[in-house]
Amino acid sequence: MTIVAERPLETPVAAPPEPGVEPAAAPIETPVKQMVIVNWSGELDRIWPTLILSSAAAASGVQCKVFVTFWGLLPFVKDGVRITGDNWKQKMLSAMNRPGIDHLKLSKMNFMGMGPWMMGTLRKQYQIASPRELLEACQALGVEFIPCQMSMDMFGLKREDLIDGMGEPAGAATAIEIMTEANASLFI
Amino acid sequence: MGMIQIDRTLDARGLACPMPIVKTAQVMKTMASGETLEVMSTDAGSVKDFAAWSRTTGNPLLDSTSDAAVYRFVLRKA
Repeated sequence: MTIVAERPLETPVAAPPEPGVEPAAAPIETPVKQMVIVNWSGELDRIWPTLILSSAAAASGVQCKVFVTFWGLLPFVKDGVRITGDNWKQKMLSAMNRPGIDHLKLSKMNFMGMGPWMMGTLRKQYQIASPRELLEACQALGVEFIPCQMSMDMFGLKREDLIDGMGEPAGAATAIEIMTEANASLFI
Repeated sequence: MGMIQIDRTLDARGLACPMPIVKTAQVMKTMASGETLEVMSTDAGSVKDFAAWSRTTGNPLLDSTSDAAVYRFVLRKA
């Protein structure tokens, strides 16, 4: 309501778009729908729906934020970063859970990597987008990934360990704020 | 109904959910208001999905047809 009241003062007349300047993407009158996903898991069968739903949301004009916490941080570790953390416990955790979007395990039927491998062949056979492709689509469409500061501290993850384009690290109160403001929020 | 003028075409055949929608949104971003986009898809779920996407985004779905397991959608950028 406030926005509606303020708008005439700020933009009395819609200025004609200047050459080379893109017009506003969404009409201002429509309130933008919002979706929040809490991405807790680092497993393939959960990361997949997280990235499918968030890319589909962003593609549907829904502003989408993903709060990335606990194991869910590991797929967002940069390529080439293998062992993370400062002490032996953190290093051992990363040694036993290979981070990165290309190294996801299944929550069931993992069978020492046989499960994800078979899933990968099925994925290619049916031309389903990989988590990496979906993540790239999410970033291109403006999905905001917000890493959990507390989980980063616990795993010993630095901002430079995480992929480029992640949002500012935040905590539970931020998660609560965006979840309660959103039209839909999911914990995956 | 007369022939709808098609401004852009997107071939999303072979792609699985959610990529037909994702690619559509990306092409739509580059289009001007009022322009039309024709999308070809082989994903059976896209029949319901393009209708839903049209309702969510407010970009009208002008046509939705199928021929030999190829689905064709025509959207107009709002």
